[in-house]
Amino acid sequence: MSEYSLSINGKKLKVDVSEDTPLLWVLRDTLDLTGTKYGCGMAQCGACTVHIDGMPTRSCVTPVTLAIGKEITTIEGLSENGDHPVQQAWDTLDVPQCGFCQSGQMMTAAALLKENPNPDEEEISMAMSAHICRCGTYHRINEAVKLAAKLQKR
Amino acid sequence: MKNNRRDFLKNMLLTSGGLVIGFNSLGNSTAEIISLDNLKDELLSNAFLTIDSSNVITIFSPNPEIGQGIKTAFAMIVAEELDVDWEKVVVKQADLDIKRFERQLTGGSGAIKHSWERLRKAGATGRYALIAAAAKKWNVSATTLKTDKGFVINAKGDKLSYGDLVNDAVSVEIPKEIPLKSNKEFKLIGQTIKSVDNKTVLTGKAKYGMDYKQAGMLYAQIVRPQGFGQTLKSFDATEAKKIDGVIDVISFKDKVAIIGKSNWPIMKARKVLTINWTNTKELESDTKHNQIFTDMMKNGPFELRRKDGDVEKAFAEAHKIIEAEYQCPFLSHSPMEPMNFFADVKKDSVKLVGPTQTPQSAQNQVAKLLNIPVENITVELTKMGGGFGRRLNNDYALEAAEVSSLIKAPVKLMWTREDDMSGGIYRPAVRYKFKASIDKAGNVTGFALKGVGLNAGNSTRQDNFPVGAIDNVLVESADYKSDITTGPWRAPITNFLAYAEQAFIDEIAFAAGKDPVKLRLELLKKAIEKPVGKITYEPLRFEKVITTVAERAKWGSAKKGLHQGFSVYFSHNSYVAQIAEVEMKKGKPTLKKVFAVTDCGIVINQSGARNQIYGAIVDGLGHAMYGNLNFENGAPKQTNFDQYRLIRFNEVPEIDAYFVDNGIDPTGLGEPALPPTGGALANAIFKATGKRLYKQPFAQEDEKVAEIL
Repeated sequence: MSEYSLSINGKKLKVDVSEDTPLLWVLRDTLDLTGTKYGCGMAQCGACTVHIDGMPTRSCVTPVTLAIGKEITTIEGLSENGDHPVQQAWDTLDVPQCGFCQSGQMMTAAALLKENPNPDEEEISMAMSAHICRCGTYHRINEAVKLAAKLQKR
Repeated sequence: MKNNRRDFLKNMLLTSGGLVIGFNSLGNSTAEIISLDNLKDELLSNAFLTIDSSNVITIFSPNPEIGQGIKTAFAMIVAEELDVDWEKVVVKQADLDIKRFERQLTGGSGAIKHSWERLRKAGATGRYALIAAAAKKWNVSATTLKTDKGFVINAKGDKLSYGDLVNDAVSVEIPKEIPLKSNKEFKLIGQTIKSVDNKTVLTGKAKYGMDYKQAGMLYAQIVRPQGFGQTLKSFDATEAKKIDGVIDVISFKDKVAIIGKSNWPIMKARKVLTINWTNTKELESDTKHNQIFTDMMKNGPFELRRKDGDVEKAFAEAHKIIEAEYQCPFLSHSPMEPMNFFADVKKDSVKLVGPTQTPQSAQNQVAKLLNIPVENITVELTKMGGGFGRRLNNDYALEAAEVSSLIKAPVKLMWTREDDMSGGIYRPAVRYKFKASIDKAGNVTGFALKGVGLNAGNSTRQDNFPVGAIDNVLVESADYKSDITTGPWRAPITNFLAYAEQAFIDEIAFAAGKDPVKLRLELLKKAIEKPVGKITYEPLRFEKVITTVAERAKWGSAKKGLHQGFSVYFSHNSYVAQIAEVEMKKGKPTLKKVFAVTDCGIVINQSGARNQIYGAIVDGLGHAMYGNLNFENGAPKQTNFDQYRLIRFNEVPEIDAYFVDNGIDPTGLGEPALPPTGGALANAIFKATGKRLYKQPFAQEDEKVAEIL
């Protein structure tokens, strides 16, 4: 076990974990940031997606040591009041069914829109196809990414 | 326990000056108002809603929410009759309370049908009492008063809020018959309402089972036999126990449980744990399953499910005979949240928290397992990351309870994705053999269905269409007791049977030289005019969804290059007809669009209902195309999403979801749109390519269609 200092959602936090611990389990088990979900543990489903220095990253396969000195953002820190354009769009279009995969979906959508404020169908598809939603909310996710792009411009 | 709850509610009423509405749990569903004077335990503890004097209206949704939207829909029904401002309603998930609620489970798409009238009465009773209280206050006749958004309004336009009336309303005498709104008066039902959980889900604050924590809680994961049919011989945990964060390694019932302070050390320990398993018998494999299917399809033993007329005679006199066999594999439910449960077992009590579709069953089973009285076992319901039928089975809740009882500490049992996919309770593998006869005029004269399943129970639905529309029918099923465990999977049995049957009826239509839609309508005409024996469906409702979808999709006059496939199915009391459109480009088929017309009676929530249609079609397409578990040495080869392919964002076609909103009392929507999907897809593929698909997953059956999505 070793002590690491992490910067998460704008806060400096200290954790004592083994060096090979995936960031996912540090967030969930150590820091109680349970908005980031475990779905597969092998970067297939995207439920564990967080931002590391703005890049959407699969926290289930990212050792904690790779996140040191970087800014980590989880769903809890995506916006202060839950009003990030992506969160607004997801709510307006009533995207979630069970909702379990949606924090990961939104983290990817938010990163996409930051890098590319006007994604076309193809670009949205490329980004969002990296995620699995077992409830099949893909139609509304598609609409919501487009709505979030519009909201972001306001 | 009883007294605690009573005191709690009593205190709540006393301190807030509140009104509690509930139902009489014993017998009829007459709603009653509970005042402080006539508090009785069973009445009090049946509460569905509370109104307090500060106008906070809380509606409790008793049924487990797995993403089907029941929490929002239930509250909408109560709020409609109560006539309150939806924006101000607080909706809470109720924990298991068998005295307070009936049928507190999620399964069979049955919640709305079961609770529709009960929920309306709960709301209407409250409204009645509030109006009566206002009438007394104003000294006017109740008939001169109306309600809107949580206010009672008199003829002059004066308003009193429900909160102001609560203390008087509790002493209003409630008549036996409470008038309910007419459909025309609905303000909320039929609107587009967002899920009440959006805010917490979208900010990461919603607590799913996996997210639940309690101070002092330990984590556990369990290594189960590698193949179905194996038992535990021995294990060596020396290395595993050396890992920092691992507390203990124990065994019970052929399982080895690793206890730790968090998940990662346990996951590491699993890799260095040495376990020896014993094969007590021949382990099952695809090869063995194929043999079983072939043998049983030929020799049975079959159980007779239905017999009308004389099918052998019809076949002997037939102008044409059509025969086909359809196959489907075992499937994993794979909800996004793998199985998990929290248990805190004390000497004479148990606290259970987690995701289950059947909390009462969890309570009963844990009581039996640990020999602890049922009334000392509480079950708190968390949000659930999907269910699809997997969480009807409480095996994982029992494991959590057993581990907690063995280590004498509160414990969170976690399943990894691999545990989830290889842990059983699958959709059973099934095969169907159909045989039909037609006469010279193209009429269907005989219809025989043989279903063979591996742990499928009755793999047929012997009273469903086209049975009832054909004079000579024989339906039989055979079941093999496999070591591979199975359970209900979204639209049990019909999730595959519907595809097989609808693809076969399509084959009959082509053999008879008839349009597939027209053939169904002809058969239904017979079921309307002169049904043969008992039928479970209403042919007129069936007919309506068929003609409506044909109209919407312009059946028979689709654009050049578009090939349409039709399918229709009745399940869980709802009717869904679908038309899939496949486009051929350079010899390659692509699925462009699916039209779905649904009759579930009144649509409670347009948004939630649409979500269920989209989701069920996406689910049906994905599993028809890719879903597969192959077995070797008693174990599935696929253990995670790298090998077990689920449908993704870039693969979904456009969906046109339309509801025949006919004002009939509502029925369920969690499942009914899934069964017809595979058939619509297969029939469109046939139209486009001329090839019939008999085996799921289609992507493996025919590589030319592998990229159709």
